[in-house]
Amino acid sequence: MAFFQMKKIILAWAVRKPVTTRYPFAPRKAVPGSRGRLDIQISACIFCGLCAKRCPTAALKVDRPNKHWHIDRLRCISCGNCVDFCPKKCLKLTPDHGIPAVTRDWETF
Amino acid sequence: MGKRTIIPFGPQHPVLPEPIHLDLVVEDEKVVDVVPSIGFVHRGLEKLVEKKEFTDFVYVAERICGICSFIHGQTYCQGIEEIMGLAVPPRAKYLRTIWGELSRIHSHLLWAGLMADAFGFEALFMHCWRVREQVLDVIEATTGGRVIFGSCKVGGVRRDVTPEQLDWMLKKLAEVEKEMRLLVDVFLNDDSVKHRLCGVGVLSRADAQLLGAAGPTLRGSGVADDMRLLKYAAFGDLDFQPIAKPDGDSYSRCAVRCEELFQSVDLIRQAVAKIPAGEIAVKVVGAPNGEFFSRTEQPRGELVNYIKADGSKNLVRFRARMPTFANLPALIKMLAGCELADVPVLVLTIDPCISCMER
Amino acid sequence: MIETQTMIPVAPETLVAAVQKMRDEGHRLVQIGVTRLGEELELNYSFDRERRFVNLRFRLPMAGARVPSISGVYWAAFAYENEIHDLFGIQVDGNVLDFQGTFYQTAVKHPFIQGAAPAPAPVPPAQP
Repeated sequence: MAFFQMKKIILAWAVRKPVTTRYPFAPRKAVPGSRGRLDIQISACIFCGLCAKRCPTAALKVDRPNKHWHIDRLRCISCGNCVDFCPKKCLKLTPDHGIPAVTRDWETF
Repeated sequence: MGKRTIIPFGPQHPVLPEPIHLDLVVEDEKVVDVVPSIGFVHRGLEKLVEKKEFTDFVYVAERICGICSFIHGQTYCQGIEEIMGLAVPPRAKYLRTIWGELSRIHSHLLWAGLMADAFGFEALFMHCWRVREQVLDVIEATTGGRVIFGSCKVGGVRRDVTPEQLDWMLKKLAEVEKEMRLLVDVFLNDDSVKHRLCGVGVLSRADAQLLGAAGPTLRGSGVADDMRLLKYAAFGDLDFQPIAKPDGDSYSRCAVRCEELFQSVDLIRQAVAKIPAGEIAVKVVGAPNGEFFSRTEQPRGELVNYIKADGSKNLVRFRARMPTFANLPALIKMLAGCELADVPVLVLTIDPCISCMER
Repeated sequence: MIETQTMIPVAPETLVAAVQKMRDEGHRLVQIGVTRLGEELELNYSFDRERRFVNLRFRLPMAGARVPSISGVYWAAFAYENEIHDLFGIQVDGNVLDFQGTFYQTAVKHPFIQGAAPAPAPVPPAQP
């Protein structure tokens, strides 16, 4: 007759602090190496277009003649393919999540 | 002969993780017959092979399901590698095994929480998912993503894990293991839980085999069959025996999954002790030409990926047969004759992953 | 090579007998899959026993494709047979639990075989 086996867990957690983070009032713990928002160092970019060719969701557009680099934030799945293939290593995935968007726009750098 | 009514269960129901519809033919609170209705999350992912190249398709394969995502990617990559004859480096195989077992731990903890929710034990549900958060932290630190790992690619893995990270992983897993022992103690020994699980949904050994059940549904009925015995990835070097329980009721299936939690921690410890140094991927040149049925053991059972390629960048056919699709006839068999209040318990005892099932 | 996989060619007429032999030998039904190859459909019936994989395979022309049902031998096959009907338009004769095309409700009927001739009317299962 084993009953109330939860007592150990309940008693332990009756005195411990809650594990939940009171986000957004408390900061979110960023895990290094987490794949979040894509950032580009546009000064180092040579507009070769390899990132756009390798993007599996076609979220990147490179305009070579006018030297523009566009990203569709809502299409990006943060896979990191572009980061791997960039010859100048000017792309980086930061651990932050993206800014919420309500319309599908191209963000231009 | 009592009065028969038809009660619709789902697609929206508090216990269901994903939408499935069951028409329950009920006679005075006993379920007599079940007519399933699926297709609520059918996304036609198999047709995307016509558009995506085979190297990019691994991202689609991973996103078939959120809970079992890594093993989908791994099975797909394994299939392509077998067709192309690529020799995946041993370190990549070990890393895939470690991530696969982490995926199994987090999936079983998720299932344990949902099972507790199915019989109304909310506190246990929350504690299971709290422990699962620590496993997700380990996964996020090593692969970059909590749920969609994004670390498998054709030819190997995409990122490496440092020895310091592996040590930290083992320390975290030791803490997680201590907490899991307390949770499993409640699942397996508490009388009120046993009252809801024992004797409910009995699936005999012969039925389980004939209906093609897979995974813990099959192993809970006494058949010790596990695709990890095929020795894919690094399982050939690890000491592993499938866990089977003979009774065939929900309690047996629960016990199989609970013991698999500790078995996975043990497998990770073995893999980390034996992991060799070296490359993590080989370069992929050309395109696959041929066909293969790639089989692995997902947390829910046997996953079969049929891949057919003809030498071009797009595959001819990618077919994924999910374990939940195989367990669906077993579920229908189990539901006949049960009480109405046991329906959520039985639906969850096969660990349904409907989004997997319907791709 | 992880495992060797045996492919056995059969014909639609001998399918049910071959599947019955699989059941008598203790095989478990793994899956029923269809591949579209041009204007033909290739059907794969996969079985497993103690992790040895056997596959029965044959081809049918896409227009008017009909197969006998194996749900009399393996009851679990009804799910796969409904799926191959809904996605590929293959007519399965004698399915014990036939959803008549409502298993997957897609916006386009038989999405995997765009542009093919419609399947013939279903035959009701034989009375026992």
